Amino acid sequence: MTDTTPPDVTTHAMAFTPEDLPTAGSFFKPHRIVLLLIAAALVFCIVWFMRWDWVPQYLPRLGYGILVTLAMLFSTAILGFILAVPLGLVQVTGPWPLKTLAKIFCTVIRGTPLLLQLWLLYYGLGSIFPQTGIKQTFLWPYLRESWPYGVAALTISFAAYEGEVMRGAFAGVPAGEIEAARAYGMNRWTVFRRIWLPRAIHRALPTLNGETVLQLKATPLVATITVIDVYSVISKVRQDTYITYEPLLLLALIYMCLTGILVIAFRYLENRIPTRGA
Amino acid sequence: MTTPAQAIAVTNLHKRFGPLEVLKGVSLTANEGDVIAIIGGSGSGKSTFLRCINMLELPTSGSVTVHGETIAMKKDGHGGLMPSDRKQVQRLRTQLGMVFQSFNLWQHMTILQNVIEVPIHVLGKSKDEAIATGEALLRRVGLFEKRDAYPAFLSGGQQQRAAIARALAIQPLVMLFDEPTSALDPQLVGEVLTVIGDLAREKRTMILVTHEMKFARNVANHIVFLADGVIDEQGSPDEIFGNPRSERLKKFISSIH
Repeated sequence: MTDTTPPDVTTHAMAFTPEDLPTAGSFFKPHRIVLLLIAAALVFCIVWFMRWDWVPQYLPRLGYGILVTLAMLFSTAILGFILAVPLGLVQVTGPWPLKTLAKIFCTVIRGTPLLLQLWLLYYGLGSIFPQTGIKQTFLWPYLRESWPYGVAALTISFAAYEGEVMRGAFAGVPAGEIEAARAYGMNRWTVFRRIWLPRAIHRALPTLNGETVLQLKATPLVATITVIDVYSVISKVRQDTYITYEPLLLLALIYMCLTGILVIAFRYLENRIPTRGA
Repeated sequence: MTTPAQAIAVTNLHKRFGPLEVLKGVSLTANEGDVIAIIGGSGSGKSTFLRCINMLELPTSGSVTVHGETIAMKKDGHGGLMPSDRKQVQRLRTQLGMVFQSFNLWQHMTILQNVIEVPIHVLGKSKDEAIATGEALLRRVGLFEKRDAYPAFLSGGQQQRAAIARALAIQPLVMLFDEPTSALDPQLVGEVLTVIGDLAREKRTMILVTHEMKFARNVANHIVFLADGVIDEQGSPDEIFGNPRSERLKKFISSIH
């Protein structure tokens, strides 16, 4: 007797099934061969006819810049999300003063450009702080730098957008599932921690994926307040060498790779709990 | 012969939604081993009554006693009542295994995780113990093979059986069924009723709101007919279905046949 039962769909659901991926043979269809040749020619032209001799010299600085960009992305996405959870929650279930405050915060932050917020924080607060008592505190060495203002502005912005996302996610968890949790004697905190929050995050993951990619591409704004991220390293290259396009192409490639990694990581998280019909 | 212990006593329960009085003074006692079926037309207040027992719906007046312990209530300031001790309600709820019409399984957890959730995070059982009990219960409702599947991938009948296992996992004193088969396709009703019938046969105390009259007649030892927010008639299945006295009950029974 041979075992021909298909794998159990209930435990092996994935967004990508092997059938979706191209097989080795499928690369040799005529139209694909033509496309591959065009791509190869393009890569060859870029490598051969453009100037890349500056790359080795700037490689360490580029690596440092990428690390700063990633640090900006992860710290602000994580801090922002931690703020977004209460922001979303009080809008769904909070008392009206908190609800109103959260709504105002989200509306104001989402209604103004991030660049403006960044500059208001950096040039506004940054010029007020030296005249206050903060100069004597342990915070001063940090507040003298520019990166805390970048982190603050990006965090606030992410919190406001994700606050709205989480509001929708919390409101969208079926009331029956919350009710079931209460019916078996869970207290409010356990209901929130075990049922409501994980269920809301699961619902929000596809949106959070897109928002995190957007956050990655908001990070170059910190270059305007002298934080040295990968974008500002590339700007430096262009100023030093008068090469126009090559650094920009490399920058695009770097952001695309980072985005790809983010998308794959989120897809892995999403697939840990399969959803039907996704 | 000793009289069986009282499991649930509901006294003079009123429930008002705004101007609409859904329950107009309902009293009911369930002793251990009782299988009570509540029947009645839609809007008669039967689900509301069941949900008042575990305070998912807060009664406007009246009292609920679980296992001899009366739930302490205080005025809520809007003409109704609210529990004065939330901890007490949470503790007593772990004695009441509720099964919902729409299953309400937690969709982000596998079937087994659903079943062991409350034993671990409310009752403080160890994970090993909860898993052992949970797997035994899933085997019992015929879902052992599906223990690692997520609810969305199960049929309605399988989901409801899983929900019954989840309710049994807290080892409740009383099982509360709120129209457990009403959301199911007709061909899936049987598998769920079989599981509930087995529980009834082992003398598990349960209160069952249902539209399945034949089933109610077979498994219940006491039938309560609710109409317009009051108990219109109650008695043994044979009395209720064989010899209905009130006009409304006669009409109700003839309308469902």
